Amino acid sequence: MVDTALKRGRNAVVLSLHIPEPEGRPGDPADFSKIKLPEPGEVRRPPIEVEPAEIRDLAFTLIRVLDREGRAVGPWDPRLPAETLRQGLRHMVLTRAYDDRMYRAQRQGKTSFYMKCTGEEAVAIAAAQALEFDDMCFPTYRQQGLLVARGYALVDMMHQVYSNARDPLKGRQLPIMYSSRQFGFFSISGNLGTQYGQAVGWAMASAYKGDSRIAAAWIGEGATAEGDFHNALTFASVYRAPVILNIVNNQYAISAFHGIAGGQRSTFASRGIGYGLPALRVDGNDYLAVYAATAWAAERARSNLGATVIELYTYRAEGHSTSDDPSRYRPQEERERWPLGDPINRLKQHLIAIGAWSEAQHKALEAECAEAVRAALKEAESVGTLGQSRPSAKEMFEDVYKEMPWHLRRQRQEAGV
Amino acid sequence: MPTMNMIQALNSALDVKLNDDPNVLIFGEDVGYFGGVFRVTEGLQKKYGATRCFDAPIAEGGIVAAAIGMGAYGLRPVVEIQFADYIYPAYDQLVSEAARLRYRSAGDFTAPLTVRSPYGGGIFGGQTHSQSVEALFTHVAGLKTVIPSTPYDAKGLLIAAIEDDDPVIFLEPKRIYNGPFDGHHERPVQPWSKHPASEVPEGRYTVPLGQAAVVREGADVTVLAYGTMVHVALASAAEAGVDAEVIDLRTLIPLDIETVQASVKKTGRCVIVHEATRTSGFGAELSALVQEHCFFHLEAPIERVTGWDTPYPHAFEWDYFPGPARVIAALRRVMEG
Ligand SMILES: Cc1ncc(C[n+]2csc(CCOP(=O)(O)OP(=O)(O)O)c2C)c(N)n1
Repeated sequence: MVDTALKRGRNAVVLSLHIPEPEGRPGDPADFSKIKLPEPGEVRRPPIEVEPAEIRDLAFTLIRVLDREGRAVGPWDPRLPAETLRQGLRHMVLTRAYDDRMYRAQRQGKTSFYMKCTGEEAVAIAAAQALEFDDMCFPTYRQQGLLVARGYALVDMMHQVYSNARDPLKGRQLPIMYSSRQFGFFSISGNLGTQYGQAVGWAMASAYKGDSRIAAAWIGEGATAEGDFHNALTFASVYRAPVILNIVNNQYAISAFHGIAGGQRSTFASRGIGYGLPALRVDGNDYLAVYAATAWAAERARSNLGATVIELYTYRAEGHSTSDDPSRYRPQEERERWPLGDPINRLKQHLIAIGAWSEAQHKALEAECAEAVRAALKEAESVGTLGQSRPSAKEMFEDVYKEMPWHLRRQRQEAGV
Repeated sequence: MPTMNMIQALNSALDVKLNDDPNVLIFGEDVGYFGGVFRVTEGLQKKYGATRCFDAPIAEGGIVAAAIGMGAYGLRPVVEIQFADYIYPAYDQLVSEAARLRYRSAGDFTAPLTVRSPYGGGIFGGQTHSQSVEALFTHVAGLKTVIPSTPYDAKGLLIAAIEDDDPVIFLEPKRIYNGPFDGHHERPVQPWSKHPASEVPEGRYTVPLGQAAVVREGADVTVLAYGTMVHVALASAAEAGVDAEVIDLRTLIPLDIETVQASVKKTGRCVIVHEATRTSGFGAELSALVQEHCFFHLEAPIERVTGWDTPYPHAFEWDYFPGPARVIAALRRVMEG
């Protein structure tokens, strides 16, 4: 049939345009049955010198360390001291408390905009702990956990969110678009994907200088569709740049499910394969797995073996931002049904399982973090919230150039500031 | 006649065209099931099916490239770029490809696409949700650039843009999606329903591209504006007590030079207002054209009131936005000059 149809110059069927559809919409049950999960501990851990072509399968599986009972199993267990784990837990709890409080502040009209990373805390925090403090991070707006883990002052983050007189970015940036060279946190761009290739360039510079520092970048699965993502992978591969290219697959890009970014036909980790890069696919809600994968990629980069792609498989538990309402486009109970759980609960469970933590300690930690946020907020609000306090309006004209050209000086005069 | 805000009017235009023409289809980030982050495509996927209105990957260059290919095939794609601030990855496709396809193929291939994008400030969107990008497109031979300022015009201009055989950049002033804004941010928000141009017919009509509208007649000074700044200009003229003629350009390219010229020859004075940065902004082109066409009628230097030549700074929304105080000052200066 097909043959004769083709002989006559016709198609076997009438062409039709394919539009991807998610498993469910509001009102439907949450359906994650298509997600195939290997057992924790099942995936092998190759030596860092491995040829990328030999580990292509690692782009299609899922590296998991924590099992259902909270035990760490298999070759990817990073065997971290309990103190490191407790620190990781604290950073995650603090980040979540900070997010909750600042989200509320936006709702109270104290700022214009906010974005949480709820459910994705391990992605940034385990990575921050696996990297060296002076490695350079090129984050998106959902890796505030990097700053928290590196010890950046919460109150300075709040000043930025409030665009107040103490805002380190002088009122110029949208809330949450932090920047701190000192803390190895590259200036966040509102334009998706742009920072990915810049991380590669930073890493190339480090290699050029014979330095020991590496770079790490993060991008959402949605933004991997941008040309900048593919440019970054090409450069990273060609120049064997010492960079870790993280893809945070939290299933959604605002309202668009991962299939709109091409997630139904292949994994996001597998994007690396075509560029000859080693690619790992990791349970992003498993703190230990994220830590171990980051450490593996960092060791490769530091051994001059080049870049690694890591897909962090996770779930955006809340809305995209304060401007979003996910109940309009996805099944309500997805969050509870997410098969990989919550990163904080899972690390807590592990610490308890190894006898290094207790419910009572956890309660105390939550109270301590809430208090830290409350104290920082009090200080930030004593300076002022958006509109109550702001940097000098002169700042509007500074830093456009290193030296202000005549036309800007004239405009500043005209503005009367 | 129904009353619509600008979002509803744009939605109605898309509805009309999807209904009339099977070659029209819509895609862009979040425009399908969700109906767009500003709700402009709400309900259209449900009504016309997923192949007529669907989500696109986050790849503005890919969106426009696909639209050009579809246009070359014979479709009339209408694509949404979620914010004008995110149009830059599509710039090569627009400038090197869409704009020149007709020319370089001697009319053999064309790109009749419409690129819709919310633009402009006044919403505390910071530097990546506030930009006015029009001059980046008016500078390019082969592209038309359209900016409505009312629901009625928005619908009529969008239908005209979709029916136009050339690529059209259709910039939507997002600050006035839900109501006109005269720049007095301290006053309560006005809904469109109180504005006469919120009466929008249900069916098809067009507001032709290339025609400006005199939205206020006056004898003493011509104010050239578009988008949100039309409303700021009207309020400023009233408050300054100046008998200003306010022209809403509506289409920047091709520009309605006759209307501009007739007005400035009558008033002898001209103030140009836009939100975009000043240097090489569209006001520079307007100023040169007025000078070329009306030099002997001018009684005062042409004034430009614009955004400052800086990125749009979050904390300084109203210091940056060229509001009534600055427009009134310019009106007074030209009247004294
Ligand atoms: C170039 C560009 N296009 C569009 C946008 C608008 N936008 C902001 S966030 C977002 C979704 C991003 O999704 P994803 O990359 O998956 O990251 P997530 O928000 O899920 O962390 C979009 C479309 C943008 N900021 N930049």
